[in-house]
Amino acid sequence: MSGGSVTAEPPVRAAPPIARGGRLRKHAVTLVFLAPAVFFLAVWILYPLVDTVRRSFLYRDTNRWVGLHNYREIFTLEPIVTAIKNNAIWIGVVPALVTAIGLVFAVLTERIRWSVAFKTVVFMPMAISLFAAGVIWRVMDQEDPHVGALNAGIGAIHDAFRPSGALPDAESSTSRLTGSPKRGFVLQTPLRPGDVARLGLTGISPDSVPSGAVQAADPEPSGDGITGVVWRDFKPGGGKTGQVEQGELGLPGVTVELRDAAGKKLESTKTTDNGTFAFDDVEAGGHRVAIGPKTFAKPFGGVTWLGPKLITPALIIAYTWVWAGFAMVVIAAGLAAIPRDVLEAARTDGGTEWQVFRRVTVPLLGPVLSVVFITMLINVLKVFDIVLSVAPGSSQDDANVIALAMWRTSFGGVNDYGLGAAIAVFLFLLVIPVLAINVRRFRREV
Amino acid sequence: MTTAAAEVQRASVVEESIAAKIGRLVAKAPVHLFLIAIGLLWLVPTLGLFFTSLLPAADFGQLGWWKVISKPSISTWENYQEIFRNSSITDSLVTTLEIAIGGTVLPILVAALAGYAFAWLDFPGRDWIFVLVIGLLVVPLQMALIPIFSLYNHVGIYDTVFSLILFHTAFGLPFAIFLLRNFFIGIPKDILESARIDGASEFRIFVRLILPLGLPAIASLAIFQFLWTWNDLIVALTFGRTTQPITVAIFSQLTEFGSNIDIIAPAAFISLAIPLVVFFAFQRYFVQGLLAGSVK
Repeated sequence: MSGGSVTAEPPVRAAPPIARGGRLRKHAVTLVFLAPAVFFLAVWILYPLVDTVRRSFLYRDTNRWVGLHNYREIFTLEPIVTAIKNNAIWIGVVPALVTAIGLVFAVLTERIRWSVAFKTVVFMPMAISLFAAGVIWRVMDQEDPHVGALNAGIGAIHDAFRPSGALPDAESSTSRLTGSPKRGFVLQTPLRPGDVARLGLTGISPDSVPSGAVQAADPEPSGDGITGVVWRDFKPGGGKTGQVEQGELGLPGVTVELRDAAGKKLESTKTTDNGTFAFDDVEAGGHRVAIGPKTFAKPFGGVTWLGPKLITPALIIAYTWVWAGFAMVVIAAGLAAIPRDVLEAARTDGGTEWQVFRRVTVPLLGPVLSVVFITMLINVLKVFDIVLSVAPGSSQDDANVIALAMWRTSFGGVNDYGLGAAIAVFLFLLVIPVLAINVRRFRREV
Repeated sequence: MTTAAAEVQRASVVEESIAAKIGRLVAKAPVHLFLIAIGLLWLVPTLGLFFTSLLPAADFGQLGWWKVISKPSISTWENYQEIFRNSSITDSLVTTLEIAIGGTVLPILVAALAGYAFAWLDFPGRDWIFVLVIGLLVVPLQMALIPIFSLYNHVGIYDTVFSLILFHTAFGLPFAIFLLRNFFIGIPKDILESARIDGASEFRIFVRLILPLGLPAIASLAIFQFLWTWNDLIVALTFGRTTQPITVAIFSQLTEFGSNIDIIAPAAFISLAIPLVVFFAFQRYFVQGLLAGSVK
């Protein structure tokens, strides 16, 4: 494909002089080859280009000239301003992220035997429509960790570090047991050795009672210790609060803390199946007993990916999943084209792998990396389908991007062609620098 | 050197290389593990959609799709059977196929003609016009939506498969011409010159020489064009009302996401299964086309 220079010679030199009739004939032939393409490009791209620019100065679908009014609207109307802001985030994050991921994958797989399998898997989403990819991620991003795989994964990690408590929703049954699930509940009665603590809890549905629970036992006082019980202070019909009654269950596995008068934690223990616990050999003086906050730790409820706050990050994750393979394949091809001996020489000169990568590989890959980056820049400016499939209707205003704003303004019910055309022109202006780069690069080659 | 000594030396060499191999493997183990994890991460979302499509309708929202793996007995093909009884989905699949085939064949035909002209015919301003075509590569199709929408309404071809194919053809052309011209120009000049001296017409050369020799590039292009048109949403959404390809059909279901996941999941999976089959069957051409289009 480097033969461009051969044919770029002026036609006069390339072809021998031909008679006038022959030349006409030749042009006629050329015309037949070119005419279909010219027809399509003229009618579907060039004419609309001019017409859209014209319409961008008109009011809605009329012929009334409004000057720059539509362009001013772009920067004042709320949904479009949001779209521009979001697109700025996309531009700032995605091209760099995708290029970096592609580079890492390409370098890591370079000398791996099963790289083809890896590359196939990562590249596969490229074949899928962005719309269908969006549906895939809509399923992944469901908030409930029992349904959404992304939150299930995060939940597994979350639970490993901060397991959920035995009784996330429990409340105290008496006014003497005060506090909050965050700080734990404290029995506001000073306790001395030999005293008994009755810590009643309510608000526990039958199926969230910890397994193994049996009838609660009213604890026996012990001589030099503090004993007590944590139980579900409720039975069908109600029962009396603060009293352990027949039919009320003990709550096993609850963390109970012994604190001194100043509130400092001295000891902690766990309740048994009938809800009882005991602190032996407690020093004389007033103590407090509390149910630790760990008992009330809420289980991981799931990140609201599809809500207004996180919708753009969720979209960017999905989009990166699609495009990383493209970056990887193009960069891997560039990597394969780097002469081996250059890298070997750098290694023989004592360069570490990192230095060789940083000082030799990346600079040599420069042109390829910039191609990937620029391609992604254009793609990101045109992002559209994936927003429609990932973002639920309620978050679409917050997920808005320029291409979507253009479509919604023109065809989504508002049908303001003037403003839609202005947004399209704005989008076009954003890609013109890229167009210039493309053309310059090509001119250099010819 | 005696044979025994040689044997011993050979053995030690072998041993060394095995030890070195194990050493290398251990040193590379983190890289392997990392890549396996990443590979799974990339594979899981697509599998997730597939398993979701196997869940009984009533279980979505209660059960994660991974339950299909841990308890395969709950999975069912019923959603798929239902989909194929649903005429709006089957119709849209046929429409998608029509658009994709038309939107692949027509632009390739037009682009091959133009690509040949740009590569091997001399005419004034050739290189400038070609640069213009390259410039059109990045024109966002949003620039054409409104004028073409009114044009289609005016001419009366709004909401037809034909009008969608025409639009895809036009916007596929810049890349197609670019790719084919660059490939055709690499065909050895001697072959063309000798054909011309033998008196072959340009059309004959085009059909008998250029098209067969350009087949690899045409194949790459065909795959790209097929995937683009099959995967399109915005064009069909704009220029079709009852002419719904599968993406639009799914889109119209999305407002009730969750309650009708038994339609959305299998339909979405079918819509992406066909591009995937094309991708796996012609992966080589796909990557070639991609590289030709971007590394240039």
